[in-house]
Amino acid sequence: MATAPGIRLESLTVGYGKTPVVSDMDIEIPGGKITMIVGGSGCGKSTLLKHILRLHQPLRGSIFIGGHDVFSLSGKAFRCLRQRMGALFQDGALLGSLRLRDNVALPLREHTRLRESQIMDIVHHKLELVGLEHAMDLFPHELSGGMRKRAGLARALVMDPQVLFCDEPTSGLDPVMSAELDQLLLEMMGHFDMTTVVVTHDLASMRTIADYVVVLGDGRCLFQGSVEDLEAQEDEYLRSFLDREAPERDTPRLTMPPIDPGMMKLNCTQLLGEE
Amino acid sequence: MSQATGGFLTPFNALGSVALRFLEELGAMSIFFLDSVRFVFAGWGQFSKSVRQIYFIGVQSVSVIALIGLFTGMVMGMQLYFALSSFGADGFLGTGVALSMVRELAPVLTAIMLTGRAGSAMTAEIGVMRISEQIDALTIMDINPMRYLVAPKMAACIISFPILTAFFNLIAIAGGWLTGVRLLGANAGVYWYRVQASLSWADIEGGFIKALAFAVLVCTICCYEGYFTHLRGRVGPEGVSQSTTSAVVKSCVVILAADYILTSLLW
Repeated sequence: MATAPGIRLESLTVGYGKTPVVSDMDIEIPGGKITMIVGGSGCGKSTLLKHILRLHQPLRGSIFIGGHDVFSLSGKAFRCLRQRMGALFQDGALLGSLRLRDNVALPLREHTRLRESQIMDIVHHKLELVGLEHAMDLFPHELSGGMRKRAGLARALVMDPQVLFCDEPTSGLDPVMSAELDQLLLEMMGHFDMTTVVVTHDLASMRTIADYVVVLGDGRCLFQGSVEDLEAQEDEYLRSFLDREAPERDTPRLTMPPIDPGMMKLNCTQLLGEE
Repeated sequence: MSQATGGFLTPFNALGSVALRFLEELGAMSIFFLDSVRFVFAGWGQFSKSVRQIYFIGVQSVSVIALIGLFTGMVMGMQLYFALSSFGADGFLGTGVALSMVRELAPVLTAIMLTGRAGSAMTAEIGVMRISEQIDALTIMDINPMRYLVAPKMAACIISFPILTAFFNLIAIAGGWLTGVRLLGANAGVYWYRVQASLSWADIEGGFIKALAFAVLVCTICCYEGYFTHLRGRVGPEGVSQSTTSAVVKSCVVILAADYILTSLLW
């Protein structure tokens, strides 16, 4: 697996228990590109990602990463594959008991024979990459949401992965920070030979950095292809999703009158001296 | 007819379903235990983490174990003195205090106190790590959560429980002396002689075997409940609190049940 591996999903049905969430997916994620998995809330994007990461067993079908069937590989072979992957979780998923530098250093300490000084050099470089070199000694609870996310990205990148998975990397970030993160992903793609799979709601981000898009909805894969092909689609669901159009309603939504101030337990009108 | 048969079988179905769930949980817990023990002996890589856990589970529990041991010994000294002196046998006060502590109360009360103090914290810590995807993150980084999280706790429990039980014994026997001898006037020399003469190696060994068994049981139950907190009916913080409560209740019940079984087997 010298070059960035592609990912192939064959007749894949994922879900929880016996309930399918997304069924019969045949998806080909190209190697060395940024693929974005988009779709409405609860459509199964993160569920699919967790199955690709082999955190859950699919109900049916197969997942191939670089030609290897993820669920057939066992023991050390699968461990090798896993050590070539990095994942950024929604809230960073940093270990609360470790300082930032130890969080980022953890995979290196566990899987390499590098000396501590070499490990610290790599950690410093990766944290510098995400603009957090000044926060190395802080604990995760001392970081803001955006900083936790960037720290999670530094940890995901620390082993120089061939496949990077990101779950909602820009959610909860301000537009400037989101744009910065997009820029960072693009820079990394230029620098490393890496396949990146991003689950997101962020259409602006999708339009900026995606090479390939997978749209999930209605319990299945609705589209896969380039951003240009997606923008040209006429399908009603895809159009409303891309144009951010809420469905039209025949009946008014706000039918209930506001709460009568006289029904409040505290007499705020009197207490605040209002007429 | 089939409806009548179904109605007749309903209680048996329910009972069978409960029994199956129990067996399923017991099997899962046994696998969980074997997995964690396997990693305890897997190498020295986890040594520093085990030392930190020994500090948390063992060292930080010393004061509470000392307090519980002191008061338990004092109450035991007082009650036994009143009971024995009513028929002129207060010379056996040392025997009563020493045997009841070493064989029964020290291992059981130490384990129950450690369940409340450290076991609940272990469940909550692992449970929060589960719901905040930290355990998933470890898995993705190819770091086995059983080795990284559970094995150091298991090692720390196996080391801390017997040491704290021994400490409880010492403090409790001194507590018995404080009330029986210093406050109520039993003979000090006889008290210490009886403590020494009545305790055999089998008693001390039995107490330690119990402490070891309780360590393994408490650690397995508490870590298991936290580790699988996401599989409970309620997820999120409520699931963690449910797991923590369940871990403490199950541990206490299992400690008392195991105590009965071990007492039957050991003496």
